[in-house]
This record gives sequence, C-alpha cells and structure tokens, in this order.
Amino acid sequence: MIRDAALVAGKDLRLEWRSRVGIGQVLPFAVLCVLLFAFALDPDRNILERATAGLFWMIVLFAAVLTVQRTFAVEGDDGVLDALRLSGLSPASIYLGKVAALIAQLVVLEVVLAVAMAVLYDTTFRGWLLVAGIAGLATLGIAGAGASYGVVGLRLGGAETLLPLLLLPLLAPVLIAATRGFDIAFGRAAGPGWPWAALLGIFAVVYLGLGAILFRPLMEDA
Amino acid sequence: MTIQQPVEPVPPTSGGRVAASTSTSSRGTRILGFAVLAGLVALVIFGVFISPPDAELGETIRILYMHVPTVSAAYVAFVVTAIASGMYLWRRSEFWDLLGASSAELGVLFFALTIFNGMMWGKITWGVFWRWEPRLTTTTVLFLTYLGYLAVRQVPSNVRTRGTVSAVIGILAVVNIPITHKAVDWWRGLHQEKTIFGTVDPDMRGTQLFTAYLALVVFLGLFVWLLIHRFRLAWLTERAEDRGLDTAIAERRAEA
Repeated sequence: MIRDAALVAGKDLRLEWRSRVGIGQVLPFAVLCVLLFAFALDPDRNILERATAGLFWMIVLFAAVLTVQRTFAVEGDDGVLDALRLSGLSPASIYLGKVAALIAQLVVLEVVLAVAMAVLYDTTFRGWLLVAGIAGLATLGIAGAGASYGVVGLRLGGAETLLPLLLLPLLAPVLIAATRGFDIAFGRAAGPGWPWAALLGIFAVVYLGLGAILFRPLMEDA
Repeated sequence: MTIQQPVEPVPPTSGGRVAASTSTSSRGTRILGFAVLAGLVALVIFGVFISPPDAELGETIRILYMHVPTVSAAYVAFVVTAIASGMYLWRRSEFWDLLGASSAELGVLFFALTIFNGMMWGKITWGVFWRWEPRLTTTTVLFLTYLGYLAVRQVPSNVRTRGTVSAVIGILAVVNIPITHKAVDWWRGLHQEKTIFGTVDPDMRGTQLFTAYLALVVFLGLFVWLLIHRFRLAWLTERAEDRGLDTAIAERRAEA
C-alpha cells in the first residue's frame, strides 16, 4: 500500500513540477495575501505582529483550498479517474498518495510563507519544536480532510465554489488550534502548547482514517 | 401537506413505481401533530406566564426554555443524518438517502433558531447581539458546515452521486462536532464572561425544571413530526419526477 501511495504521490508531484501551477500561481497568491493583509491592517500599529500566527494559518487555508482543487482537477480530465480506478491500486492507497502529495506542497507553501512573514512583518519564529509539531500536525489534518473533499468536488463536476464552503468550516478547529499553538511558541500567549498539538493530532488521525475508508465509495460508487 | 401532481396518473404498468398516496400526513402524524400543538400551547403558558423569573437570569430564563430544546433537536437531527448516511453507504437505499437529507435540513433550521434566540439572549444580557460565546460560536461554525451539506444536495448530479457524496459529508461533518466544541471551548477559555449556559442555576427546581423538560419533549416531538413530513415530501417528489419521465415516454410513444 505504501508503495502504491508513493506511486500516486510521485505522479502528482511530477505533474505539479512540470506544470508549475503551485510555484507559478499558488505561492505568489500566498505572498500576495501577506501584502494585502499589511495594507488592510496598517503595518505601523503593531497589529500585524500580534496577528501573525492567525494570518499565517488563514493564508495556508486559502492556499490549501486552491491546492486541493488543483490536485483533483487533474484527475477530472479525459476520464483519468476511471483509469486510476482500473489501474488496480486500492482506493486507500490512492487517497494516501494524494494526501502525501498535498502535504509536500503545503510544507513548501508554509516555508515560503514563513520566510515572507519574517521579512515583511519582521516576525521572529521562536519555539521551533512546538512550531514544527503544530505545523506538521495541522498540515496532516488539512491534507487528510482536503483530499476527501477534493474528490467530492470532482464528483460534483468540479464545483469550485462549493469546496471552500465545505472545507473551511470543517477546518475551523485546525485554524484555532494552530494559531493558538503558534502564539504560545512565539511567546505571545501563556499556557502549555501540547493540548493544541494533541487536538490537531486527533483531528489528523480522525480525518485520515475516515478519508482512507470513505475514499472507496467516493471512487467506485459515486 | 399535499404536493401538486404535474401530470395525470399513469397506469401501474409503468414499472409499478406509482406513489400510492399524494399526501404526507397519516393517522399517526395527525395524532402526533395535535399532541405537539397542545404541548406548544402548554409550553407558552408555562414558559411565559407560570414559570417564575430566575434568581440570576431573571426573565431571560424564558429564552433558555427555547434555546436548549432547539439546539438539542439540531444535534439529534445531525446524529440521525450521520446514521442514515452510514446506512446509505451500506444498504444503498433511497430511504436512507432521503432520511439523511431531510434530517439535515431540519438540523440547519433548528441551528438557525438556536443562533437567533441565542442572539436575543445576548442582546438582553450583554447589550449586544453577538459576543464570541463558546456555544454560540460552535453552533455558527457547525451551521455553516451543514449549509455545505445542503448545498451539495442542490448540485445537479445523478441520484447515486448525490447520495454517496452527501452520505460521506454527513459522516465527515458529524465527527467534527466534538472537535469543534473542544477547540472553541479552549479558545474562549481565556476570556471569562457571562455565557448562555454558564450562569444557569444547576438546582433548577419546581416549575422551572418542569418547563425546561416540557420544552425539550415538545421540541423533540416537533422535530419528529417535521421529519416525517419532510421525508415523505422528499419521497413523493422523487416519485413525481419518476412519473413525469414515465409520462413523457408514454407521450412520445403515442406520437409515433
């Protein structure tokens, strides 16, 4: 199963690398958001500094919606999804492959975003262990839920306007937990960070498990 | 409640899928409906006139008599949707598909009522319609989650795709309820303020306790009554669509 998932992930990442949609469109969109939030919130009033963690995860969620859409849009053309079903790969491994490809793209996005914020907002990223743990678990959850909803969007004929409405309310707990976790790591909020990491971990495990199970009916019976 | 027949009835030779009845009511629902109606009248009498104001909450306890049942009915509705979704993926029957969708619609309705009466309570207690009170915030996030479910039902697609996709969403959404609750509770835990449940006297007794339980029973009864009607309406709508197609085929054959 791991080998099959790696095959699917490799295919997706090769496609992304060759088409340059992530690098050419999603990453610039994320950096653009960093600029736009500065225009909206006035960089001289310390609001940006206080809001960095929340803005970071807001931008990640917006960009994740675009990435999820893109990852599944490539399966919608020319009956590729049917070909994937006939390839003999199990739905669970296709799902895990998709999740892995999403994670790789989101991690790149988060690194670029962190650099952009460090430069433009003068953010100091501290508490690296907690930051890495929170980011890793949140990314797992976003990719796990995103892959399930991506195939839902594909099944409904690429309902682009529907995906944000479906995905973003579901990811509200991830936004809350990841933002609080980052605030604690940066020293802007008191309290232990591990309960937030645990909540993100539970979210990730639940949605990865459900996604792996429910991908079969979405692939084969929808 | 009856639905308009779009076409003349066709003989049962067209696959035997002709609906036997065009009404959503039956003897059972009429009895239940009258019982709920009587319960609502009793609730108004107890909730507005007989129940004394609370020592802490004052007159706003009367809003609470409605708030708790509406939010409870909504959660029951979403659990029904989740069970029906699971059963649909297992059994693939139209019954479970339509039951899940009907229940989700009512859940969204009861959530909207909950948010509305929560805001009324907020206006009196806090002086503003909205504060980031944990229960109200959670309810709003989940309300939006289930609006997505209803939006999926509206997308034109074949019955099987609609059924499978909405069943999956029905399951994914219900799991998020406890996670969202926990996240919002911790998030607001830092900001102590008067909450809609936080100040309720746990030792509610006498008329107040009776009214609270009466409200719960009446609203759950109302939910069941609405669910039966909504389900039957959805079922008849599907039959009417089948019948429309059968008639169209018969008309084309008659032309030839």
